[in-house]
Amino acid sequence: MSKKTYIQAITDALRLELGSDEKTLIFGEDVGKNGGVFRATDGLQAEFGEDRVFDTPLAESGIGGLSIGLALEGFRPIPEIQFLGFIFETLDSIAGQMSRERFRTGGTRHMPITIRSPYGGGTHTPEMHADSLEGYLAQIPGLRVVTPSNPYDAKGLLISSIRNNDPVFFLENLKLYRSMKADIPDEAYTVPLDKANVVREGTDITLIAYSAQVNQSLKVAEKLEKEGISVEVVDLRTLSPLDEETILKSVEKTGRAVAIQEAQRQAGIAANVASLIAEKGALYLSAPVGRVSAPDTVYPFGLAEDDWLPAEDEIEAKTREILNY
Amino acid sequence: MDNEKPIVDFSAIRDALGKDFKPVQVMDGQANVVNEAIVSKYSNDQLVDFLKLMIWERTLHQRSNALTRQGRLGFYAPTEGQEASEMGSNSAMKSTDVLMPAYRDIPQLIQHGLPVYKAFLWSRGHVLGNEYPEDLHAMPPQIIIGAQYIQAAGVALGIKKNGTEDKVAYSYTGDGGTSQGDFYEGMNFAGAFQAPAVFIVQNNGYAISVPRRKQTAARTLAQKAVAAGIPSVQVDGMDFLAVHEVTKAAREYAAAGNGPVMIETLTYRFGPHTNAGDDPKRYRTKAEEQPWFDNDPLIRYRKYLTDQGVWSEDIENDYVDQVKADIKAAVKQADEAPKQKMTEFLGNVFEEQPQNIQQQITEYQAKESK
Repeated sequence: MSKKTYIQAITDALRLELGSDEKTLIFGEDVGKNGGVFRATDGLQAEFGEDRVFDTPLAESGIGGLSIGLALEGFRPIPEIQFLGFIFETLDSIAGQMSRERFRTGGTRHMPITIRSPYGGGTHTPEMHADSLEGYLAQIPGLRVVTPSNPYDAKGLLISSIRNNDPVFFLENLKLYRSMKADIPDEAYTVPLDKANVVREGTDITLIAYSAQVNQSLKVAEKLEKEGISVEVVDLRTLSPLDEETILKSVEKTGRAVAIQEAQRQAGIAANVASLIAEKGALYLSAPVGRVSAPDTVYPFGLAEDDWLPAEDEIEAKTREILNY
Repeated sequence: MDNEKPIVDFSAIRDALGKDFKPVQVMDGQANVVNEAIVSKYSNDQLVDFLKLMIWERTLHQRSNALTRQGRLGFYAPTEGQEASEMGSNSAMKSTDVLMPAYRDIPQLIQHGLPVYKAFLWSRGHVLGNEYPEDLHAMPPQIIIGAQYIQAAGVALGIKKNGTEDKVAYSYTGDGGTSQGDFYEGMNFAGAFQAPAVFIVQNNGYAISVPRRKQTAARTLAQKAVAAGIPSVQVDGMDFLAVHEVTKAAREYAAAGNGPVMIETLTYRFGPHTNAGDDPKRYRTKAEEQPWFDNDPLIRYRKYLTDQGVWSEDIENDYVDQVKADIKAAVKQADEAPKQKMTEFLGNVFEEQPQNIQQQITEYQAKESK
């Protein structure tokens, strides 16, 4: 057991998997000597050599295509896309190619690729560096979209993703990288994919969130507890495909739900959650499903970021609104 | 001041671009051997086998064309005119090499080991056409015209990392494909990693209707590899032996650990881009087409072997009959393919089924059992 930050947990997972399976490869822009712009791969090239951890030319589409070719030759690629805002160049490789490979080859080829990328706002990055694009990714069949909300999950989910034989888009929240620490086991362990986590039990309302918003939701829950309101918080962990059972079971218990995301509202994960509850859990509901999100603009300029991102008080207000409906 | 020469003469630089890329040729359009040393390397039997490959491809094209008109095939991209380019290059590769083809490279895929009936099933839109056994070292045809290049770079890097000897990744695209970012990224990545890849550009003059001259200001497509620091060559794509020899040399160079190579074959598609409504009369003239038809890769090669006394119309007719019989059997086999089921499709989205897929499999099982 050691106290580790979210990013240290990620490095830990990468080190353990490089050590246990020689077919795993880490590559991308600046992941070698530099250890990644956030140091997620710090020291891994020194430990495992340039053959296993290497820098690529600066071209995201090339990184995606390289992953596919390496997977075909029996490797387990863990490419890094430096920032999620840079995935547009590689979307053909992700959406058009690797995630449909098992389907189009009738199950005869698999793509055990884990693409890692930082995302999420609140750190005042330049344009294209903080965008939450998980909604785009979530509609791609054959691609799992996974995002941890804490160091324990970061390590366990990443190990599960790397060991999975299908492509996983592993989203790492920039703000969480160094803002929290937790005790995590030193050895390898897994946290299951496709499973949401009830991070706090409650009976009056369910807050369904992921990544940094889980922590904001937990704070809201703690605050409301002082008023005698019992809030359940569900961390989705895997955004696509959704764990419908856990969501519906929670809503059945509480009868009220708020879906929370950092991304723009339109066609987002929260919309998916709300639609799932409307379709399969309408009879459990005592109130409409609430939604908290950023507004439908392009990701804002740095100085407007704090106004744009869903704040804790917005989650609190929406929770109270649904409770009082 | 007006008469002062600029520090750099850009016009002279532009005029010099591409001047080093002279098409390699072994046999000219009139069947005259221009490189005797190459021809004499081969026995008559080997030379006849090469001609048979081109006649096989032409026959496959003719039958595929007829079958699409009858509605018995779906998507089909005609290959007539490109036989020397396709068979000349493919015949220089080994079956253990990894082929990353595009949609006009079906003949190469079949020669690489894909059963003909599976190629027909691919055309019709049946998943069985994409189910390749593990020892068929190829991927199904690529639609995105540059994607196979970056994937080939990845395969080539994997070959290098695995330390596999005498194996390369090879890939095809067309002149239009060389405008895509992935084309450059593939060559650049393979070059940077010194990976064993052979990139073949079949310059058939048109990206659907857009002619090569509107595709790029580059003097040759071969010179596009220069920027990636990898050697490249232009070859007469209507000359089987020239394409074969160049590809063989490229393969040996790449397999020996020297890094990737790019080959531009100068060829022409005699027909439309695909059989789905493209009409070359809209964008080509007879005057342009005729010299290419006269330069048919089969004509010169057939003439040469006929002059040598090892080929004749009778031999050809017998051979074509045999190929047609094989194709007929393949059509029958394709006809027998089972109907595709949504439950099987759903089962192929992920290796382990998540909840939504499990639920949908149950839903479709109910529908399919009715």
